[in-house]
Amino acid sequence: MRLAGFYVFAAVVALLPVLFPTNYFVTVVGASAGLHVILAVGLNLLMGYAGQISLGHAAFFGMGAYASAILTTRFGWYSLLALATGLLVAGTVAWLLARPILRLRGHYLAMATLGFGIIVHVVMVQATRWTGGPDGLAGVPPLNLLGWTVEGDLPWYGVIMAAMLLTVWLSLNLVDSQVGRALRAVHGSEFAAQMMGIDIGRAKTQVFVVSALFAAFAGSLFAHQQAFVSPDSFNLIVSVELVTMVVLGGMASTFGAACGAIALTLLNEWLVVFEDYEMLIHGALLMAVMIFMPQGLFVGLSQGARRLWAMVRPKS
Amino acid sequence: MLEQIFQFLVTGVTVGSLYALVGLGFALIYNASDVVNFAQGEFVMLGAMTAIALLGAGLPLPLAALAATLAAILVGLLLERFAIEPAQGASVVTTIIITIGAAIFLRGVALLLWGKDFHALPPFSGDAPIRLGGATVLPQSLWVLGVTVLLVGLVRAFFNRTLLGKALLACSFNRAAAQLVGINVRVMLRLAYGLSAGLGAIAGILIAPITFSSYEAGVMLGLKGFSAAIVGGIGNPMGAVAGGVLLGLLEALGAGLISSGYKDAIAFLFVLLVLFFEPTGLFGHKVAERV
Repeated sequence: MRLAGFYVFAAVVALLPVLFPTNYFVTVVGASAGLHVILAVGLNLLMGYAGQISLGHAAFFGMGAYASAILTTRFGWYSLLALATGLLVAGTVAWLLARPILRLRGHYLAMATLGFGIIVHVVMVQATRWTGGPDGLAGVPPLNLLGWTVEGDLPWYGVIMAAMLLTVWLSLNLVDSQVGRALRAVHGSEFAAQMMGIDIGRAKTQVFVVSALFAAFAGSLFAHQQAFVSPDSFNLIVSVELVTMVVLGGMASTFGAACGAIALTLLNEWLVVFEDYEMLIHGALLMAVMIFMPQGLFVGLSQGARRLWAMVRPKS
Repeated sequence: MLEQIFQFLVTGVTVGSLYALVGLGFALIYNASDVVNFAQGEFVMLGAMTAIALLGAGLPLPLAALAATLAAILVGLLLERFAIEPAQGASVVTTIIITIGAAIFLRGVALLLWGKDFHALPPFSGDAPIRLGGATVLPQSLWVLGVTVLLVGLVRAFFNRTLLGKALLACSFNRAAAQLVGINVRVMLRLAYGLSAGLGAIAGILIAPITFSSYEAGVMLGLKGFSAAIVGGIGNPMGAVAGGVLLGLLEALGAGLISSGYKDAIAFLFVLLVLFFEPTGLFGHKVAERV
């Protein structure tokens, strides 16, 4: 019964396109939300469970996307092989970076991850010969899954949702494993965790690599789905949005992070109609939510509802 | 070659002065409230853009600059009152997102007011370059340097010589103890926000004749200022100044000798390397964690 929530979630995801097969908000926005869920769930492992902030997670997302885009368009690689290479690259970079970077604390860690994200972004813009520079790379071929070419909104919805459910399932299991318990101990108190015999450096490295792998996986799918990559999809704003999704979800809950990702995707979709006011409203909402619901949207809303109920409840 | 390097050094010190001023603002706010204010770069942008707009409306330059600085100070005070005060005691991540939200909000306001176009101020005293050794120096660079040295000196004197400055310093050491000896901590907080907004705005006005300004101009400047504060050891005002100048020099040398396109990457790579070897910055205090 531990995974009951997961089965309900999977059922909803499977039912939505059956009920609304042509609804833009289900197939297109839903697919985009699915990618965000993968990213947020991965980042949540790092932030929510291990308590380490990353303001540069878009870099790993971008590594996956550019690996797939470059290897398939410029070298004609088979798409799954390119995806695997993207995972390998992002995982290796994360592994090399983990020890020195996760030794830092608080604002120093924020600075280091932010700097890492910017460096990777600058490389995407400047290494024009490989990445196409600021204009990006167009014409990424569709994903080919052992002979099946993924094209069209509905098939893409299926593929991304399957990938998303896989990562959510992995995350749920990881959190309840020995590694997950070690991470939570590290979050609680590094010193105490060390005293209990947990290798902190190793635990942090593992979770950093896993969250980078999730991000690169989402990146590869993103590159094929959009058939186009450009540095704008992997800048600081994107990293900040990923962090916001995790915090909105309340931290340290896989489904919370997933809900945060879906909520922010929908919000961005709706804000587009405000055109020039979009930025102003986006900033104001971000501040308001964090000031009034620092515990995240869901804890905040349920507390609000409870308070409201206490007010209107008939007094006996 | 030597002349060229001298030229890079001049550019580096000019840009570094700006990073120093922005970094100083970060350090002031961090000291007073333990918050890293990611909207610091937006103060720089607001200062520049407001001064440009007021000058365009017919105000003389000194008056436009003064009014723009005051406007930024007002924004700083509003930010403290309506975004930071209500969130007291929030976690590091939460305050980071709140100030990033504030930065996006201010950028949105600037976009509505002034559009997406680039604007510039005229140089304060002409643009005939001065030849100095083998390098050319813009008169505006001398303005940047002079005003920065003056402001840094004033801030130092403020902390070392005045009662108000010492009270602010006391808050950064221990807020509860400061309150106990009769310091109004809330007023000190607002003072810190006003001060660093003013510093940011002056930095923006100084640089506006050299680099063009737009609603997005504050983003990178803010991040570089944050880097300066981190390299100097966060919460150490003079460390932030040193960090800023160091960062500016390295960036200019990197841009000139390696590649101008990669100059931001070089700057942040330097920050990363500093942190890998000195996890609390070059001049930061080593803190022991209480278990």
